[in-house]
Formats: sequence, C-alpha cells, structure tokens
Amino acid sequence: MSTKLAKIEKRTAYLLILPSVFLVFSIILFPIFSNIWISFKNVELKDLRIPEPRAKKLVKSIKDNPTEIKIIYKLRNSSLTQEITNVKFKDKYPDNIEPTNLDNRCQYKSNLLKCDLGNWPKKYRENLEIVFQNTNNQEISKKEIKSYKPKLSGKSKNILLTYEFTLNNFKKVIKDRAFIDLLSTTFYYTFFGTIGAIVFGILAAQMVNQKFFGRTFMRSVLLFPYVAPVVALAYTWELLLDPTSGTLNNLLINYQIIDGPINLLGQKYLTLNILGFDFKLRLALTTVIIFEIWRYFPLAFLFILARLQAVPKELYEAADVDGANPLQKFLNITLPQILAVISILFMIRFIWNFNKFEDIFLLTGGASGTRTLPINVYQQGFSIGDIGMGSAVSIVIVVFLLIFMFIYFKLLGKRADEN
Amino acid sequence: MKIKNIFTYCFISSLFLFSLVCIWKILVTLQGIELTNFNFNKLFIFGITLCAINLLIGKKLNLNIKITILALLFSIFDYFISINLPIWYSFGIFLISLFFFNNIKDYDKNFLSKNHSSQKLFFNFLTLFGITLFSFVILFPFYMMLVTSFKTQALLLLNPLDFSINFAQGLPELFKSYFIVFKDYNFGRYMLTSTIVSLGTVIITLIFAIPAAYAVARLNFFGKNFLSTSILIIYLFPAIVLVIPLYTIFSQLGLRNSIEGLLIVYTATTLPVAIYMLQGYFKSIPKELEEAGIIDGQNWLGIIFKIILPLSLPAISSVALYVFMIAWNEFLFSLMFLDRPNTFTLSRAIQFLNVGAETPRQYLMAGSVVVTLPILIIFVYFEKYLVSGLTAGSVKG
Repeated sequence: MSTKLAKIEKRTAYLLILPSVFLVFSIILFPIFSNIWISFKNVELKDLRIPEPRAKKLVKSIKDNPTEIKIIYKLRNSSLTQEITNVKFKDKYPDNIEPTNLDNRCQYKSNLLKCDLGNWPKKYRENLEIVFQNTNNQEISKKEIKSYKPKLSGKSKNILLTYEFTLNNFKKVIKDRAFIDLLSTTFYYTFFGTIGAIVFGILAAQMVNQKFFGRTFMRSVLLFPYVAPVVALAYTWELLLDPTSGTLNNLLINYQIIDGPINLLGQKYLTLNILGFDFKLRLALTTVIIFEIWRYFPLAFLFILARLQAVPKELYEAADVDGANPLQKFLNITLPQILAVISILFMIRFIWNFNKFEDIFLLTGGASGTRTLPINVYQQGFSIGDIGMGSAVSIVIVVFLLIFMFIYFKLLGKRADEN
Repeated sequence: MKIKNIFTYCFISSLFLFSLVCIWKILVTLQGIELTNFNFNKLFIFGITLCAINLLIGKKLNLNIKITILALLFSIFDYFISINLPIWYSFGIFLISLFFFNNIKDYDKNFLSKNHSSQKLFFNFLTLFGITLFSFVILFPFYMMLVTSFKTQALLLLNPLDFSINFAQGLPELFKSYFIVFKDYNFGRYMLTSTIVSLGTVIITLIFAIPAAYAVARLNFFGKNFLSTSILIIYLFPAIVLVIPLYTIFSQLGLRNSIEGLLIVYTATTLPVAIYMLQGYFKSIPKELEEAGIIDGQNWLGIIFKIILPLSLPAISSVALYVFMIAWNEFLFSLMFLDRPNTFTLSRAIQFLNVGAETPRQYLMAGSVVVTLPILIIFVYFEKYLVSGLTAGSVKG
C-alpha cells in the first residue's frame, strides 16, 4: 500500500515540476551550453539569416494573342554567402491551360507545375520563362494566374549546425592586448561597487534602525533607486551630469566650486594633485561606480536592517551598564552580529556586479574606460557583429562565475555548519 | 564640563545647520533664483555662536520660546547677509533653523559633562545628517526627472538652473510633454505592451511555479535535493551570458520582435526565484492541514487549490509583485529582441528615444516619469509585500 502511495506521489511530483524544468532547461541551461558550441565557431551576425530560395512571379500577356500568356519567375538565392541544395519548385494553375515550352527540369501534371531546380550557389539568379496556352482557345485571365503563389523549398547548411570548429575566438580573446585592461576594469568596478554599496547600506540601516519621525516613509524612500526602472534612472543621471547643460556642473559653477564644466561620464582620467603627487583617477569609471552604489545600496540596507532588528536589545543594555561608548557598541556588538550577513551580501553583490550590463551600457555605452566584460559581450556580438567572439567572452564570464559560485556556496555551507 | 565637548558640540551642530541650509539653497537656486554664494564663513560662525547661546540658556527658558527666538535670530541674520531674495526663501530658512534648534534644545551643561557625551552627540548628528543627506541624494534625481518633464527645451537652454514650474500657464501647457509623448511617440501603445508583458509574465510564472514549488516543498521524489540546489545556481546565471544564444535561436525561429518570445524568456528567468521563494513558504505551512485534506478525499490538485493557495496568499502576492517589477523594469532582453517600434516595451522605447535623433530632454524625462511612476506607486502601496519579496529574491539584482 505504502509503496503504491509513494509511487503515486513520485508520479505527481514529476508531473508538477516537469513544465518548469522543461522551460528553464530550454531557455536558461540550453543557451548556456550552446554558448560553448557557438564560441568554437566562426559565426557572424549576418550568417544568422537562413538562406532561402525566392521566386517573384511576373505575368505578361503576349501581343495579339489573348489565348497565350508568358510567365516569368525571377528566381534567386537570398543568401550572399551560402549555397542552397536540392531546390524544389511548385506552382498551381487554373484549369484548361497547358505549357507550350516546358523546361526539361519541370513537369506539368493536373494543373500543377513541379520543377527540380537542383543546387543554387550563393548569389544565384535565374529567370524561368514559360508560355502557357489555353486548350479551349479562350482568353486567359491574368488575375487568376496571379492569385497563385509559387512555393519553393531547399536545403541549406545552417552554419550553426555544422561540425566545423575553430579556436580562433578564444585565441583572439586572450591575445587581445585590451583583455588585461578589460579584466582590471571589471574587477575595479565590481569590487568598489560592492564595497560602496555595503558601506552605505550599513550606514543607512544604522540610521533607520533608530526611532524617529517618518521612519517607515524613510525606509520606502531608501528603496526607490532599486525599485525604479534602470532606463529612467540612467538617463536622468546622464542629464544631471551633462557637461554643458547638466544641473550638477551648472550648480558647481554657479557656486564657484569649479571653474569649468567636468565631463563626468565622458572623461577617462582626471589628474588630481594631492600633497604634490599627481594621481590619475578614472573619472568615468568612478562616476559609473557611484551610480552603481546609489542604485544598489538599498539592497544591502534591506538585508542589514533585517539583521539589525534581530539583534537582542539586552546586549546594548549590558554594554550601557559596562559604560561602553557608542563607537565601542558599534564595533563590538553590531558589527559582529551583522558580519555573517555582510559576507554573504558581499558574495552575492560581487557576482551580480560582475555581470552588470544595463547600468554601464545606458550611462556610457562602455566608452571612456568603462568597458567591462558584459559590455564586451554586447560590443563583440552586436556592435561588431561577431557572434562567435561574443560567445567566447560569455564563456570567460561563465568560468569566472563558476569560481565565484564555488566560493559562495562554500561560504554558505560554512555558515550553515556554524549555526 | 569639558572644553573639548563644548567645542565638538558647537562645531558639529553648526556644520549640520550649515549643510541643511546648503540643501535649501540648492533647491532655491533650482527655482531660478540667483544665489551664488553659500556664505560659509559668516553662517558657520554665527551658527557656532547660536549653538553656544543655546547651551548657556539651557533649560532656564521655556524650550519653545528658546527655539523660536534662536531660529528667528538665525533667519534674520541670513536675511541681512543675502540680498534680494524672496520672502518664502527666508521663511524656509526659519523653518529649517526651527527644526534644527528643536533637535538640539535638550543639550545643556549637564548633558555635556556626562560620559561619552561628545561621541553620543557625534552619532546623533551623524544619524540626523545621514537621514537628511540620504533622502536628498536619493530623491534629487527623481525630483529632477519630474520637474524637467514640465519645462521646455528653450527655457532650459536659457537658464539651465531654472526648474521652477509655472502653474499660471494652465494644465494643458504644463503637461504638454506628456501629451506629446503619448500622442506623437506612441507611449500609450508601449505602456499597453509593457503591462501585457508584465502581467502575462506574472500569471504564467505563477502557473508554472506554484505546482513545482509545492512538489519541491512537500513531495518525495528522486532528484529532489539536486533540484532545489540547482534552482539557486541557475538563478545566479545572468542574462548577459544567455543573450547571444537566445538571440541566435530566436532569430532563426522567428521569435524576435514578438511579445510571445519576450514572455517565454521573462517567465523562464523569473521562474527559479519564484519557485525558490514559494517553496520556502509552503514548507512553513503545517503538514496536518494537508493530511486532513487527504482524509477528506482531496486529490493533489484539490489540496493545492483549497488548502495551500488560500493559506499562502501573502507569499504569492509578494512573488507576483516581485516578478511584475522585474518584468516591468527589464531592459537587456527587450533591447536585444525588439527592434520594431510596434513591439516596444516602455524601457526599450525610452532607450530608442534617447538614441534616436535629438529628442528634447523634457520628452525623455516625461517618458521616464511614465515608466517610473506606476512601479513606484505599486511599491509604496504594496510596500509590505514587495519588501518581503525583495528580501527573499534579492540574491539577484
């Protein structure tokens, strides 16, 4: 009895999860694996269009002979790069008409014209002319003939499905001089974005954890940047930071804080003179990181606030009795309590910032020293049009991601053991 | 009472007062009023003096009278050092100083002679300072987005700092950018598409996720542990590594430029988190309820519909809201898959506006308000549900 029940349970379970598993597999897992496949191929954006045989039907009447009619098929291979093999042609005609000069590749049987057009090389063009006559010597209606559309079929090699592989994409990715720069930009962006978001998250959580008027409202407001659509926010920032008509530059000039406008999003380096030393600050990258922090610190804030609210009040009371000062309380009570959350938060944010695409893409488009790995995927794949290269960069991202995930789950497992 | 404490107290409070005044001045400048100096030296020194006076008076005077007098003094001083400013500006200064002195009214000699008082002071002010600064920094871009949409290009070029809204011009003139955005730029259609896509994603995701989450939470089957860990791993894979294969597959299948294609991708990418969130909640429902259902002769479907669903309505609403938010805000896939304007979502349409020929900025900002406002309203209204959704799903962002 129990085994039967278990069997039913098992079957139901599979039935319930199958749709989800199928969908996730086909849209997430399958693409990740096909990335590997594509990255070993030499595919460009223009190769993605499947070559197809096309025919344009022209109907022409013959002078002084209404019982005959000339039909021209303009045939062509739509692809400029690939051949189509075994092209078949099919068209229908009204009753009572017959071809007078039939091409030897074609057959006419019971109102159907069938042709075997063989192989078409790339850029292939041909005009197929056939003259038809009415068997009853009546006038032929052009309209009726025009109403039928020819059907063509053919086989072509889908470049994605061939077994030709190349290592060129990976060679190009790794040999590229800019690759080291790309990696360092990505890590710079990821690291400082993550640290900044967490620091501001701690500050905000510490503030909101106190009682004051309008606290719930404040909590909502702090989450606004995270909830609002990135497109709207990025463009607002772009307008704010614009060198000529942006509000920020105009304000700073108005209050005589700076002499001339600074192109915060378009300038790669800013030379700072601190104590006689010149420092080169990556300006556009820093601005993008600040945007990143502004947009994602709410998440850190939410996590840390939830943890702070769970810290037992007795700990602070005991500290008061011992005469601890606020800084000591923060360092010795609050910080150890939220350390676990922070480390997990750091890993999660690190993984996500590493893959962040939209923010940089919308703010700078990857220009002026803000090109990170995800931006490079887009630029290789869609701006340059080299799908294979784009995939190869994606694979590099996935490899890094797997390393980070390994560390993350190790960390998570360790935390679980401790509790 | 230590000299150091008095010094810290005066210094920090005056700095805080000054920064409040600065924020006010920036906002005033953005109303088109000419203000070119923060008057740091004078205001700062006068602020220190007033803070010291506040300390000296202590509780000898009625506190309300004390703060009113100090605030009045401060605003009169500010009125005399700045020239030709409207009366509402000074009134604002008065309210700000009222708020400020209200905050420091309790400090007196006794407080400052206590242990750690300077640190306590510092932290109190840091909190106040932080709250003000954080709200300013966060709300400022939203404020600019809104006011820019009410201006015209010509006025903005004339004085890039004048964001005052002229209510006298009448509502049709004021909301002109919105009319144009909806009429000439077809935003009504994009909004409809966005709504259909987002709601569709929510519905399909729930239809797929609820049974799967139930199975993972309750039923025993081979591969269950593997499945529940892989959900999280799959969830951590970002859209950017899926984009190229999906683009190639979708363009060969003819699914690009279609709402169906977008729906499939959005559903698949939100499904892992939906299952992850729901199964956590389903596990917390007492098993006895379902056992009672089985005894009553319910089958699995009946149990899900009659017992699980009604009980987990809060969790389902937070999942629904979270998924709605993701789908509404999604940008990368809509950028990749849609290039015909008749299938655009709002996010894609705004990006198209920006990239296309010189679109006046007020239209761009009006479009941004149109895409931002619905999600913010939903967020504020359903905050409780959405926050729990955010916390649970925030492994991704």
